[in-house]
Amino acid sequence: MNPTASEKGGFYIGRARMGRRFWNRRMRLIVLTFLMFAVIFGVYLAGAVLGEEAIAADFSRKGLAPSWEHPFGTDMLGRDMLARTVKGLSVSILVGTVASGVSAVIALIVGVVAAMGISWLDHLMNWLIDLVMGIPHMVLLILISFSCGKGLRGVLAGVAVTHWTGLARLIRSEVFKIRSEQYVEVSKKLGHSGRWITIHHILPHMVPQFLIGLILLFPHAIMHESGLTFLGFGLPPEQPAIGIILSESMKYIAAGNWWLAFFPGLMLVMTVFLFDRLGENLKKILDPYSVHE
Amino acid sequence: MKKNYYLKFAGKYLLRMVTLLIAVSIVSFVLVSFSPVDPVQQYVGSVPNVSAEQREKIAEYWGLNDPPVERFLAWGSSILKGDFGVSLLYRRPVLDIVREKFAVSLALMLTSWLLSGILGFTLGCLMGVFNGRWTDKILKKLCLTMCSIPTFWIGIVFLILFSVKLGWFPMGMSVPMGVPTAEVTIWQRIHHLILPALTLSFLSFAGVALHTREKLVDVLESDYVLFARARGESQWSILKRHGLRNILLPAVTMQFGSFSELFGGSVLAENVFSYPGLGAAASAAGMSSDVPLLLGITLFSALFVFIGNMLADIIYRIVDPQIGEGERNESYGK
Repeated sequence: MNPTASEKGGFYIGRARMGRRFWNRRMRLIVLTFLMFAVIFGVYLAGAVLGEEAIAADFSRKGLAPSWEHPFGTDMLGRDMLARTVKGLSVSILVGTVASGVSAVIALIVGVVAAMGISWLDHLMNWLIDLVMGIPHMVLLILISFSCGKGLRGVLAGVAVTHWTGLARLIRSEVFKIRSEQYVEVSKKLGHSGRWITIHHILPHMVPQFLIGLILLFPHAIMHESGLTFLGFGLPPEQPAIGIILSESMKYIAAGNWWLAFFPGLMLVMTVFLFDRLGENLKKILDPYSVHE
Repeated sequence: MKKNYYLKFAGKYLLRMVTLLIAVSIVSFVLVSFSPVDPVQQYVGSVPNVSAEQREKIAEYWGLNDPPVERFLAWGSSILKGDFGVSLLYRRPVLDIVREKFAVSLALMLTSWLLSGILGFTLGCLMGVFNGRWTDKILKKLCLTMCSIPTFWIGIVFLILFSVKLGWFPMGMSVPMGVPTAEVTIWQRIHHLILPALTLSFLSFAGVALHTREKLVDVLESDYVLFARARGESQWSILKRHGLRNILLPAVTMQFGSFSELFGGSVLAENVFSYPGLGAAASAAGMSSDVPLLLGITLFSALFVFIGNMLADIIYRIVDPQIGEGERNESYGK
């Protein structure tokens, strides 16, 4: 007997029973996704609303270990680490949003153009993807950041123009698949132009791919943003960014101030994880077949 | 006939490598020349009383007033002669620095590459075999979480835990401080290598494990495995005879294709541990606007990634001759 089959059977029965208690699976997924979105949006709002006075220096309380009053402790200038972390995450989320948005649009354009059916365009786009992928990501980010004179603009530009390659390939192969469908053939025979077909038949099919790709770009964008900032290329040191908090903490961990690095990093991991799950859940909602892949 | 095929193959790769390197050098040169950082100011540095005339002379000597295309050609032709210029940061030829730093980085990258490959593959097999059971579920959740952990943070956490709290490993550097290079023992080097290598392998091994798991689950659900089970083969012999043979190849190829991530990760890991390798040099070059070194490292890293991808491709072709020309596009991962 196949053990995995019985295992699966039991699994589904268990789920079905649970499903009767709380809505169905799809409904639960949607609610969960909304919750995740709300948490991320909440963090962003909290960071945006928190004023400068929340992270003002106060030397009477410098280097405090985590306590009820300061859950994440305070840093060497007496700033509350929780407030700094939330503000930093808020910046990260903003950078992530803009950069993934731009990246996803580039990916869509490149993917669709590559699959237009013109051979040299396809070769060119593939070559372009190979080129961007050919330089290690971090090195390319450093180069672009250097070219923009460091600072926020460099990080934004760097993260935005380097993340589209994977999604572009995915979209390209999807477009190729749709192009060989019968209704596209029929549409062609009916005399519609290539542009008409692209707009009416191909782009609508790309919407779920695009949205899922967009959300799944977030984790990478945020991680690279904080990595670049950690190396010192990103935001100026007075800005509260996770990368800066972590690189500052490097000076103090030898003295045992572990909370300076631990909690902000943990929050970053949680944010990245939330975005990742959000994307996967959205995939299950928009494209139910992908679950069985 | 066969010889001809290999020649064509080699020629294709050579052509691709050359075009890629030319394109990379153009792109990086353009990017660098857009930078608002004034190279003369960087060169002069904090030395006071350098007159405007002297600055003008330096700019003239470097050809900064020439049009960009001319500058690029001058730079490109000296690169072809093997002259990558002199690093502003280290005041030594770029090629020497790259060679020296890469030797240090190679030990780190190779260790973590092997570590992540072996560990990831083993974990993936474990998850695949226990597909759907609690072992698989726990490990899968763990791997998914690990995918979201940034390299530099896990490096810092390792430092806090193993160096500061437990004192098992040194705080950084590749050799102990205050000891002449000749007297550094191999054990000391390994001792300094462990934490950075662990950190760097964290980057990819969860991904490898998840990928391996998917593949193994596919194989184990196939008809021929069902038949093998019906014949009474044990789980282990199924894994050995059908599982491993089918999933080892994609795993190895994927591992070779991860050179880009490996290099990128080493930039972060080496910075956390003050490990004097190529990655640390790359970020230092960017921070201190050391253009020749930055360009040199960019070119070198592109070559490194290209070789990784090429090896992946070649291994795939040698082991699996079914892979034809057209199917290559399908093997592109995400």
